[in-house]
Amino acid sequence: MAKKGAPPHWDRRMRQRLVRGEAAALGELYDRFASLVHGLAHRVLGDERAADRITREVFAHVWEHPDAYDPRQGPLRSWMASLTHRIAVQRLRSTGTAAQARDGQGSPEALELRVRRASAAARADYIVHSLPAPLRAALELAYFQRRDYRQTAADLGIPEDEARRRLRLGLQLLSTAHDTDSPGTPPGHGGAA
Amino acid sequence: MKGRSVVEHHVLKSLLGAWALAACTQEEAVAVEEHLGGCGDCAEEALRLREAVGLLHRPDSLDLDPGLRTHVLDGCLERRPPRIPVPGWAAAYDAETARLDALLRDMGDSEWHAPVRLRWFAGEDATSRRTTVAGVIAHLLSVDGLVAVALGLDDPLGDAGARADRPTPAARTEAYWRASHFPPTRSVRTPWREQTHALVRTVSFTGEGTGGPTVPYGDFELPLPDAMLDRAFECWVHAEDIARAVDYPYGPPAPRHLHGMIDLAARMLPGVLAARRRAGLASPARARHLVTAGEPGRSLRLEIEGQGGGQWLIPLDSPGAVGSAEHEVAHVVLDGPEFCRLAAGHVAPREAVAGQVGDREAIRDVLYAAASLSRM
Repeated sequence: MAKKGAPPHWDRRMRQRLVRGEAAALGELYDRFASLVHGLAHRVLGDERAADRITREVFAHVWEHPDAYDPRQGPLRSWMASLTHRIAVQRLRSTGTAAQARDGQGSPEALELRVRRASAAARADYIVHSLPAPLRAALELAYFQRRDYRQTAADLGIPEDEARRRLRLGLQLLSTAHDTDSPGTPPGHGGAA
Repeated sequence: MKGRSVVEHHVLKSLLGAWALAACTQEEAVAVEEHLGGCGDCAEEALRLREAVGLLHRPDSLDLDPGLRTHVLDGCLERRPPRIPVPGWAAAYDAETARLDALLRDMGDSEWHAPVRLRWFAGEDATSRRTTVAGVIAHLLSVDGLVAVALGLDDPLGDAGARADRPTPAARTEAYWRASHFPPTRSVRTPWREQTHALVRTVSFTGEGTGGPTVPYGDFELPLPDAMLDRAFECWVHAEDIARAVDYPYGPPAPRHLHGMIDLAARMLPGVLAARRRAGLASPARARHLVTAGEPGRSLRLEIEGQGGGQWLIPLDSPGAVGSAEHEVAHVVLDGPEFCRLAAGHVAPREAVAGQVGDREAIRDVLYAAASLSRM
């Protein structure tokens, strides 16, 4: 589900340039992925400044270890998303644990639940981001614009049964955000450094 | 009976997504819910899809703080110094194009067609040309193309670029606008952004020195580092034009970048002054003898206040002369943004808010020369 305009060739070339230590490549990497990284971090941590910090950490990690990304494992976009997810969840857990130790607030179970919820939310954002455009368009109309499936079908110029199919399939894909053994598991690809 | 319920099961199952989103009729919802009572498969899926709806979330339309880019990149480069850095003189261009791109990313289709008036100063008068937001980006693409061509990259104008009589910024822009049958749309963003990235990438390989090619602008030429500063300045000026047209806030460049842009303008002033004098637009040189190149000459002290500001001594009688405090005949004080508006042709020289003491003719000449730095 690579995004349009990001062919695997671009990913391979970017990795090469980063390994070579080209600062201009780092700028291009930021321009392409900063809003994804910042958005996911914000979804997990719910805080602007914390998301800024995670963004700094993620790009620093990629810049220092560009060869950790293996293009054969999948698109750079998914890899960046997994990495962000992992670092943001780690942060959520460590700040939660620190708060417990400091003022005895909350239980480990409550923290685990929070981590699990934040994880699922971030995975869901990523899934929505990467959904095929027709499914995303149908969900957008039905959920955000409050159109029923008949109106959605009319808006998209598709038969009503096709609109029903897209809404159901879109939600089925989205529901996989809940599927995880441990809340730290990144979406899609593992192996983020 | 059995057959009918199989059909029903099939139809109702297909409705589960719409049901979970409350995007079906009341009657359909009731039918689905009745069916769920007796069908474990569907009930399980219905629960799952309802939970999925809970994960839908309007993307926080968080505008990334434009200042974050510099922080993130600087932090990275400190931890691992680059083997191929972006030259210092290209940093302003890198930052300004990223800022403008962030502004463009959030704009709706219709905003791309918002009217924009490009303003500059020609000879003694303010002049302007009407276009749209997309037209401004096409303008930046065309003129940045001068640097691209000088570096051996593709000309965004293609053959039309070669056909323009003189490759001035205005001629190239008009050629680009003419060459397309339709007014530019938001689709111009991608080629513009790809070219800006290609420029930063390519100049990184020419190194920090000034060994690169000079960039011909038709009527004059600039060394590559100055051309990149000039393009950064233009990018900012036009980003402001766009931001005003669509009513978005837009701040000034980082102080160190602003300083580089002001410094370039200050360095170009003596040459522009001489050209205006040749054209009879500025008062004649006052030196009793021609000032020998490299010698101190009659000077104006240009003081720019605020972040990114500083002081410059502008030699008045010859571009070859050296600014000199001993030969100072006038002193002008402007704040940074006001000076940039003047140099961009957005404010008339006689309306520029400037503190001034000394030779009034010298002051007038320098303010007009600053305005003449502007072009389409």
